[in-house]
Order: sequence, then structure tokens, then C-alpha cells
Amino acid sequence: MNKPHPIIQTHNITKVYGMGDAQVRALDGVDLSIGENEFVAIMGPSGSGKSTVMNILGCLDRPTAGQYFLAGEDVSQFDKTQLAIIRNERIGFVFQSFNLLARTTALENVLLPTLYNRGEEKENAEYHQKGIAVLESVGLGDRLHHQPHEMSGGQIQRVAIARALINDPVIILADEPTGNLDSKSGAEIMELLTELHAQGSTIVMVTHEDEIAEYAQRVIRFRDGVIETDKKNGHTLVQS
Amino acid sequence: MKTSKVITIAWNGLVKNKLRSLLTMLGVIIGVAAVIIMIAISAGAEATIEEEITSLGSNLIFVQASFTRGGPGAQPSSGGLVYDDAFAIADEVSGVAGVVVEQSSSETVKASNNSIDGVSVLGSTEDLPSVRDINIAQGRYFTQQEIDRTQKVVVLGASLAEELFGEAPPVGQIVTVGTTKFTVIGVFAEKGLVGDVDYDARVYMPITVVFQKFTPSQFARMVGDRVRLIYVEVAEDANQDDVILQIELLLAKRHDVSLDEPDFSITTQQDIITTQEATTEAFRNLLAWVAAVSLIVGGIGIMNIMMVSVTERTREIGIRQSIGASPNDIRMQFLTEALLLSLVGGLIGVFVGVGGSWLFNLTGGMRTVIVPSSILLAFGSSAAVGIFFGYYPANNAAQLDPIEALRHE
Ligand SMILES: Nc1ncnc2c1ncn2[C@@H]1O[C@H](COP(=O)(O)OP(=O)(O)O)[C@@H](O)[C@H]1O
Ligand SMILES: [Mg+2]
Repeated sequence: MNKPHPIIQTHNITKVYGMGDAQVRALDGVDLSIGENEFVAIMGPSGSGKSTVMNILGCLDRPTAGQYFLAGEDVSQFDKTQLAIIRNERIGFVFQSFNLLARTTALENVLLPTLYNRGEEKENAEYHQKGIAVLESVGLGDRLHHQPHEMSGGQIQRVAIARALINDPVIILADEPTGNLDSKSGAEIMELLTELHAQGSTIVMVTHEDEIAEYAQRVIRFRDGVIETDKKNGHTLVQS
Repeated sequence: MKTSKVITIAWNGLVKNKLRSLLTMLGVIIGVAAVIIMIAISAGAEATIEEEITSLGSNLIFVQASFTRGGPGAQPSSGGLVYDDAFAIADEVSGVAGVVVEQSSSETVKASNNSIDGVSVLGSTEDLPSVRDINIAQGRYFTQQEIDRTQKVVVLGASLAEELFGEAPPVGQIVTVGTTKFTVIGVFAEKGLVGDVDYDARVYMPITVVFQKFTPSQFARMVGDRVRLIYVEVAEDANQDDVILQIELLLAKRHDVSLDEPDFSITTQQDIITTQEATTEAFRNLLAWVAAVSLIVGGIGIMNIMMVSVTERTREIGIRQSIGASPNDIRMQFLTEALLLSLVGGLIGVFVGVGGSWLFNLTGGMRTVIVPSSILLAFGSSAAVGIFFGYYPANNAAQLDPIEALRHE
């Protein structure tokens, strides 16, 4: 049997912001491999490069140098339009600050990515059905037509997760998904992510809370733009 | 992306910001309405002029006294047009169908219990109704015999008759013009305004009576009664230029002036049409520029508000980018928003413009004729304006970096 490609594979990724004296090496040679159906937590102090690496993994940004293979495809030199297509088809991104459209219902927010689907398009009704199904699966079947300002933080984040799921991404990336939530809603979100993982999703999540990281199978710690530790279920896998 | 999706996205963007959308459209609404109203006004002016010209009668030559030698106001001791010139033209020029002379004055007119100041009194000759296309509604017009005998008879304009006598039949009644009593022998049918002259508010009488009672001249005994204007109607089969030349030669001889320095001037109806056409064209061009400028101002309004909108909605743009909108998708969204704004604004502008033109007409302020092609023109240019002025902000939106856009508050 062939060894399957990891979902995420990076080689020596660096990200440099600014120029000259003001240069910041936000990432300084990151090698990362994440396989299918893994649940990974990225931790590390503030400014260690967690968001930078997530943005690159999420194709919102490009590395200054190095290679990034997403599901076997080298996307590190893709142009803006190609990256947009990757984000649309393969990535579900969940933000700390939710990033739903205001004055837009939960269902409309969830269906937003489908507006940008390329290639063969489904019927509107089909999308509609799927949007409802996804919202039901995150426990919001009774909130389809609520707008963000009519929902709690935990509900809003669940809408955001439903939006991330609508196009069946190969990976879910969440940058501090519980950072703006109280601990109860945070726990609910983590249970939802755990459930998605159990159903087969691959999840990479940034957090600075140990209790949240507990939910993951694997914890990668960053420090000053490099991976400090990479541990699975408490015992060390890789140490740099 | 499918067009229907682009339109859905853009339309939702606009509907979520109704007030801003409406304010943005205002410029286009005004611009398009301005184009339609301006064109309707100039078309109305043209139609009015056209009607005036036809109502002047056909194939007319106007012979006017000119004061180029002495300047206006200076009474030349001899020369100018006199009453007898009209007879000479009628008798000696071939190809003339009719000659009418006019001399006017302004007098107070009194009926039994009504008195009106400043009524225009027009002294004229036998052919006036036929040459000027005015019909008699009641009674009759005066005859050559009455003219020769300076009979004190008048024909009233329609509105003047009504003002003086109300419902009562005017024919046979007595009116006092100035200090002289006249018998009303007829009333003209309504003719309306021709130029700035209200034909219906005038009183018409034999020209000889005007000479005698209202514009007596010390030179009359020597050279004849001075007249303001002689109309010459050219016969159907005659050559107009030929008739003009004959009149010029005849009058030059009678007035003893050279043709290089005549004391009269001759214009034709065609001359008047040409001048008035030039005037309306200048008017139309001016209005077109005003309208075009207002459309451009509307476009700049769209650009201005779209720029603000792009800044305000930076976060929304970041969200859309993060879930898969490409630069082109974002550009199309904002361009389509601008286009929809200008098209919807254009549509509202068409209604406002057509309604406004109609109201202008109705309230009598100004005559307007709605020109269908102006609607297309205005609507089409509003769309062009939307695309032109929407492109820059749309392109700015498309260039935004997703991460920076998402960080925007
Ligand atoms: N757009 C940027 N321009 C300049 N420096 C940046 C930018 N984004 C992040 N950085 C810097 O890169 C480093 C890593 O940032 P980040 O990945 O956001 O850290 P974390 O998410 O782990 O707190 C920090 O030093 C930060 O100041
Ligand atoms: Mg961060």
C-alpha cells in the first residue's frame, strides 16, 4: 500500500516582515507534517509565530521562502486567485473574532463560500439544503435566520464552524477559536471540534490555554518562529 | 463566477446599506432627470418656435423701416416706410399675393363698465386675416372701403372681447379706444401667443384710423403716413428672391436711396427660422452641457461614496477573501454595485425626469416635449458613468491584502 500524502507538509518555511533594520523573522524555518484526521494544537507565547503559520497554512498569506504542500500540491508560489480557489475549496478557517458578515443571517453566512465556488455548480436549492444540514449538525437548526447580533458568542462561533464546513474542506484551521468565549461556550466549541474530528476531519488549532490543548491529539509549541516541541498525547515525538 | 451570483452579491451589499445606496444614487437621479428635463425643455422651445413660424403664415416677406442712417429714435426727415409704399408694392411688384401694413399703438379701451389700460392697438389692412392666418369667430373683418373712409370700427381679439363683455355678444357694441368711440364689428378666433405677442388681447382697426387718431405725424402730409412694418405674401408660383429684388429696387427708387444704404430692411420667414434655429441649437447645446456635467458630478458622487464604502467594508472584503473570493470576484462585486446603483438611480432619474417634464408642462411654467431618445441617452450614460467611476474604487478593493483586511476594525 502506498503511504498517503500528509494533508499538510511544509519544508523550511520562513516568513520575514518588513525590510532592513526593521526586519522581523516571524517564521524561521518551519518543517511541519500533519496527516489525515489529525487533531493538532499549536501553542506558544505571544509573538512566537502561531498566527503567521496559520495564515500561511490557510493560504491567506505566502511564505517568504520554503515550500508548502497542501494535499500533495505545492501552493507556496500560487498567485492570489489560485490561493483564493484553494481557500474556497480546501480550507475551512475559523477565527478568534468569528468574522461573520453583520446584518446577515446564519444561513446566509454559512452559504457565503458557495457563492465563490468555481467549476460545476450545484442548484441553489441543493446548497440551501446543505447549509441547513450543516447548521443542524452544529446544533443551530433553530437559528437559521438569526443574525449575528441576535446570537451568543458560542452560537456565532458555531455558525463560523458551519461556514468552514460547507465546502467539505480537507482541513479545518482555527486560530484561537475559543479566545473570545467564556469557558463554558469554549468547552462547547471544543466538544464540537472533537466531534468533527471523530467524524474524520483534520483540524489544526491555535490556543494558549492548556485545557483547550487537552482536546487535541498532538501539541506543537512555537518559540521565536521555530517549532520548540512537538508532542503526541503527552509523550515527545520530535524535539528541536 | 456566474453573472446571477455576482448580481446577487452586489444587490445584497446595496440592500444592507439602503440609506447609503440611496444617497449615492441621488447624484445619478439628479443627473439623469436633468438630462431628460433639459432636452424636454429645449424640444418644447423648438416646437413652440416651429408653431410660431407656421402661424406667421406662409411665404412671408417682412419689410421693415430701418434707422441705420439716423440711429434709432432719430426721425429722418424723409425716408422710412410709409403707407403708400404698401400700395406701390401691391401695384408694381409682380408675384405678390397680398400686402398687409401694420401700425400699432397702446391705448386704454373702455366698454360699458370695463376699462383696460395699455391695450395693444393694431391698425392694419384688408388682407391681415388671410396673410396672418387668423380666423373670424363672430361678425366680420373690416373692408377696404371702411379703411379708405377711416371708419371707426374694431375687431376684437378673443380674450379681450371676453374681458370687456364677458358672456354678452360684443358685435354691435360700442367701445372707447383712447377718446374715440368705435363700433365692434367682429371678434377673432383664439390664436394664442406668437412669440411674445398675444394676438387675442389686441384690438384691430383700419390702419387709417390709427394714423389719424393715435400716431399722427407732421410729415404725413408731405410723404405719407409712416408705418412700422409691411408684410408681403409671395404668390405660390412666384420666385421669392425675385420678389425681394423688385421690392428693393422699387423702394430704393421711391425713397431716393442707394441699395447700399437702404432705409428699410427685408427679412424672410426663412431668415427668421434660421436665426431661431441657431438660437435653439445654442440653447440645446448649453442644456446638454449642463446635463452632462450633472451626470459627471453624479458619477463622482458614486466614486466618492464607493471609496468610503470600500474603506468602511474592508473587514467584509477580508471575510469574503478568506472564504474564497478572488481579487476579480471582489472587483466584480464593487463594480456591479456601482453599476446597479447607477442603473437603479438612472431608472428613478427617468421617472423623475419624465414626471418633472410633465409637471413643468402642466403648471404652465415651461413647455416641454419628452424626447424618447433622451431617456435612452440618459440611462445609457448613467450606466457608463457607473462603470467608469466605479472601476477605481472596485480595483482598490480587489487589491486589499486578506490578512490586513481582516485585521481592519
Ligand atoms: N504584518 C506584520 N508586519 C510586521 N510584523 C508582523 C506582522 N504580523 C506579525 N508580525 C510579527 O511577527 C511575529 C509573529 O506574529 P504572530 O504570528 O501574530 O504571533 P502569535 O500569533 O504567535 O502571537 C510577531 O513578532 C509580530 O509582531
Ligand atoms: Mg496570534
